[in-house]
Order: sequence, then C-alpha cells, then structure tokens
Amino acid sequence: MSNPYAKLPGWVEYGLIPLVNLAVAFLVAGLVVLLVGENPLEAAYHLINGAFGRGEYIGFTLYYATTFIFTGLAVAVAFHAGLFNIGGEGQAYVGGIGVALACLWLDQTMPWFVVFPLAIIGSAFFGAAWAFLPGWLQAKRGSHIVITTIMFNFIASSLMVYLLTRVLKPLGSMSPQTRTFAEGGQLPKLDWLLSIFGLDIGTAPFNVSFLLALVAAFGVWLLIWRTKLGYEMRTMGHSPSAARYAGMSESRITVITMMISGALAGMMALNPIMGEQGRMQLDFVQGAGFVGIAVALMGRSHPAGIIPAAVLFGVLYQGGAEISFEMPSISRDMIVIIQGLVILFAGALENMFRPAIARLFATSSRRAAVVAQTKGA
Amino acid sequence: MDFFHVIVVLLESTIRVSVPLIFAALAGLFTERAGIFDIGLEGKMLGAAFAAGAVAAITQSVWLGLLAAILISVALSLVHGYASITQRGNQIVSGVAINFIVAGSTVILGEAWFRQGGRTPALAEGARFQTINFPFADTIREVPFIGPIYADLLSGHFILTYLAFAMVPLSWWILYRTRFGLRLRAVGENPGAVDTAGISVIWMRYRAVICCGILCGFAGAYLSLAMTAGFVKGMTAGKGYIALAALIFAKWRPFNIMLACLLFGFLDAFAIRLQGNPLPLIGQVPVQLMQALPYILTVILLAGFIGKAIPPKAGGVPYVKER
Repeated sequence: MSNPYAKLPGWVEYGLIPLVNLAVAFLVAGLVVLLVGENPLEAAYHLINGAFGRGEYIGFTLYYATTFIFTGLAVAVAFHAGLFNIGGEGQAYVGGIGVALACLWLDQTMPWFVVFPLAIIGSAFFGAAWAFLPGWLQAKRGSHIVITTIMFNFIASSLMVYLLTRVLKPLGSMSPQTRTFAEGGQLPKLDWLLSIFGLDIGTAPFNVSFLLALVAAFGVWLLIWRTKLGYEMRTMGHSPSAARYAGMSESRITVITMMISGALAGMMALNPIMGEQGRMQLDFVQGAGFVGIAVALMGRSHPAGIIPAAVLFGVLYQGGAEISFEMPSISRDMIVIIQGLVILFAGALENMFRPAIARLFATSSRRAAVVAQTKGA
Repeated sequence: MDFFHVIVVLLESTIRVSVPLIFAALAGLFTERAGIFDIGLEGKMLGAAFAAGAVAAITQSVWLGLLAAILISVALSLVHGYASITQRGNQIVSGVAINFIVAGSTVILGEAWFRQGGRTPALAEGARFQTINFPFADTIREVPFIGPIYADLLSGHFILTYLAFAMVPLSWWILYRTRFGLRLRAVGENPGAVDTAGISVIWMRYRAVICCGILCGFAGAYLSLAMTAGFVKGMTAGKGYIALAALIFAKWRPFNIMLACLLFGFLDAFAIRLQGNPLPLIGQVPVQLMQALPYILTVILLAGFIGKAIPPKAGGVPYVKER
C-alpha cells in the first residue's frame, strides 16, 4: 500500500503536523482538567514553572529526559525496521541487572569511571538479551513481536520481583532492593554543565548518563542513516519484500535490530540506578519504557526529534509533580493521561489533520501542490 | 479438610477469576477475527469497571452501573475503531494509547468525584450483583460428592458468571453459524473479497468493534460490581493482557478460549493457594513463577512448540479501497 496522502513540504511534515497533533492532545488534557474542576491555565503555569522555574527543577527535567531519550531511541530503532518493540519496559528492567552486578562487584574498589563502562556494557547486554528472544522468535518461529514483547514485560516483572526479594537483597533486609552502592557505584552529577548557565543544580540527580544518552542519539543517527545495516533496516521497514528481493536476510536484521533496541532500553537503567538511587529497587523503570513509545512517535523516530520529545516528557514528569503539589486534585496520573493522548494523536491519529492541512496548502499555492501531488502519487 | 474439598474450593475460585478473562478474551475474539488487533482490552475493562462502580455508587442501581460500563467500553472501542478503521492508524499504537488514557483518567476522575484515593465508594447490597443460589442447594450440600459440586461449583455464582459461560457457545454460534459471523470472519481474512461482494468492510469492522466493547463492558462490570463491591484503581491488574494471551493461546476459537481462560484462572487461583506451601514432588515453587506461567505458556505456544497459532490473515492491516 503506497502512502495515500499527498507529499507535503518537509517543515510541514516534520514540524507543523506533529505540533498540531501535540496541541490537540494538550487541549483534550485541558478538558480533563476542566472536568476535574480546576483551571487548565493555572495547571499549565505550574507545569512550566515546575519544570523550568529553578536550576534544580531544570536538573530534574533533564534527569527524566535522559531516561526517555534511551527508551525513545529503543522504540525508534525498532520502528525503522518495521518492528514494534513494546517491551522496552521489560528490557530496561532486566538491563538493571547488568548495572547492579557491575556496581555490586566493583563499587568499593574502583572509581566510577571504571565501573560506568562496565555497567554500560552490562545494561546493554542484559537489555539486548531480553530482546533477543522475541526477535529470534519472530524471525525463526513467526510469533508476533508485539505479543511476545508484551508477554516478556510481564515475565521480566515476575523475574525481577523474584531476584530482588530472594537473590539480590542483602541478608537481613526487609525491603526488596540491593544494598546502597559505595562511591564507585554512583555517577557524578552534571552540576558544572548547569553552572555554565548560572544555574544551581541543588538536589537534582542530573548526571553523566545524560551525556551518554546524547552519544547514543548520535550513534543511532549514524547507524540508521550512515551504515549498511541501517540501510537494510530501513529497507525492511519500508518493504519487507523489497529487502528479501535485494538478498537481505530478514531474520538477521530482525534479531540484530531487536538486540540494539533492547540494549538502548537496557541502558536506561543506568540513569535511575547509578545516577539517582545508588541501588536497584523494585519497579525502578516506572513506565519509562512505555513513555518511549510516545517519545518515538512524537519525534518521528529521528534522534533530532526524539531529544526534544524526551525533554517535553521530562517537563511533564517534573512539572507534573509540581502541579500535583500545588493542585492536589490533579495527581501525577495526569501525566499518564497526557502520555496516552500524545500516543493517540501523534501516533494512531497522526493522519487526522493531514487532509485539512494539505488542502490548506493546495489552495494557497496550487501549482506547488500539483507538482508535489504528482510526485507523491 | 480432605482432598476433595480442597479441589472444590480451588475450582470455585478458578471460576471466579476466569469470568472477566472469558468476557475480555471473547471481546478480543470479535475484533481480531474482523482484522483489528486490540491490545486495549485492559483499558476498556478498566474504564468499564470504573464507570460501573461510579454510576452504581451514585444511583444505587446495579443495572445502571452495568449499562454505564457497557456505554463507556463501547465508546472507547469506537475511539479505537475510528483510529484504526477510519483513520487507518496503527492499531497497536491506538490500543496502547487507550490503555494509558483510561489508566490515568480513572484515577484522576475517581479522586476528583469521590475523594477516596482513587476508589469509588463501597457499594451497598442493592447496588451490586448478588450470588444466585440454585433451589435446594443447602439441603443437597450434605450429600457426599454430588452435594458440594452442586452447591459450591454450580450454584452460588453471580448472574454475570453464568452469562460469561453462556457467551461461549453463543459467540461460537454468532461467528460460525450466522451470516453476520461469516462476514465478520471474512473481513478479517480477506476484506477485498467481502468488499467485492458489496458489503461494507468499514461498517462490518465497526460492528465487530462494538461487539468487543459490549463484552469488555461486562468484564469490567463483573470486576467492580460482582467480584468486589466498588472500583479500586488499577483493578484490572493486567487481566486484559492475560485475556489477550488466552485468546492467542486458544488460537482464536471460542471453546478453546473458555478452556484457556479456565487454565489461566486455575494457575492464578493455584498460585494464591500455594503461597508458602511446597508442592509435592517439585518442592517450593516461587509465586513469581506461577504468576509468569500464563505468559510463558503463551510465548511457547506462539513459538509453535505447542501446535501453531495462526492469526487472522488481514489482522492489523487497515483496509484501503482500490482507487
């Protein structure tokens, strides 16, 4: 099936349409706020103020954004190959094992810059391993990746509960978490980065893994648009039959793509475990794997779009906490609604406003539109 | 407590936890057989449970609660339908979105309207479903063997429980023995052929989605009006996904769905009963393994190691008329 819609200029395709979709999502969210009996404008004020009002708030916003860059990239990489990895949540959760093992092993003897690379490898390895099976099952046994990754999320959750309550918990402790890591298992904050802009980071856990996230974003761009593998992935995503015809191995691409995606999701675990808590706790992922879906959809699966989308969700998470503090009837669950609305309007209903916008362009510059339409058909 | 008694109690709780799974899995059967993937079963069930709990608490009427559950669930189904049928959006994305929107809004609205930490007020006698006792249940109970089976297993359930089990043959009859069912299945296998026969694929799929909404409404209402007396936030707790797993495990067939739901329900009931007690021959089994078992089984099945699960051919593909 070819794209049934006329081709639009790039800035409309990648700028205007996502913004319109986002605006509608926020309008509907505003209606929910009205329904609860609060003032949406006041909520918006607290949101912005809570996310940017102080250096500390900005630190928290960027801390959350770091997490979402990883999970957003994970979903995006799979999207390019036409795979829907809904299992980022589970892969991030299991990726935590790699981080925890590296920290528990070396935190008392080594400085952080020795532990960090090992933790990166560990988290990527465990995340990739958790994504390998769904990928392999899709490639070799034909089971649908969406269903298997959903199932793997639940299996991961049970597995981690088991590990944290029985295996990784220190003796004599009641709470399901690892011991707190020593100095070597904790990442330094990026206070210097914020102080360049004259901001005080305060207690915000904004840490080195943010830089790793940026590197990962650049790496994903290189991979998708500048390597042979990336080309194969995109080919398969556009047309599996064309990929097959060109002699590309579908099963190889599927498995490798899923492992890269899982590795990126797994690396998300570095941020909360080494960057904030200094230990691995139950449910440390807190839905970030699912936020990744919204981030990837909004960022149109391009790193340059994913980073701002991740920051936007960072704003929602940090500002949302401020809203729930100032306006008690709007709890943090409001974020979940907005997340759902963004997924709905930027994802499932992404083409809803396209015909109207296309018509607008057709009337304003009829000739250009005609040319574009013949090109697009 | 003898062995037989334990079995009866276990089977009784199996039935109790299987009911929402059966409703939800049958709901999924109708849409997926029509070619619309639906991972929003969880959200629809949760929304329905909330609507049922809220309306029953306000009106004190169990039937209005049930009606509200069905209405909300159908409305959510139509959103899914609009996104995936009319707008030809990605059906998985739409389902995910619905799950999130419902998960958030039930808590926000529940807290704003009732201020009980995301719960709806506990329902009084008349505002929730009562169990139905068959005639002579109490007198026959003393009869060995047949007595407990009649009194505890067959009798003493909610009307929705009986409805759930009645829906299994009914769904089979609708899907395999009526013109509507034939067309519905055809739309999921080869929509082009249905279109050529002069039947609207769009309208057919919308009707399938509405059927799904109604059944999810029953599932949700069962949770908040029968199983417990009121809505608790996040009360579906993954049941929608278990139902989805059961649907696939049953290879998209009504009677298999009932068996799969009973199996998964049994695992659930068994896990609760087992907590802390070692199993003969195997020894101590972690509860987490029991909880993960339905998902593991589904993955193994999907991988083709227990027969082959072949989804409807046109599943997940939006239908575009030839232009």
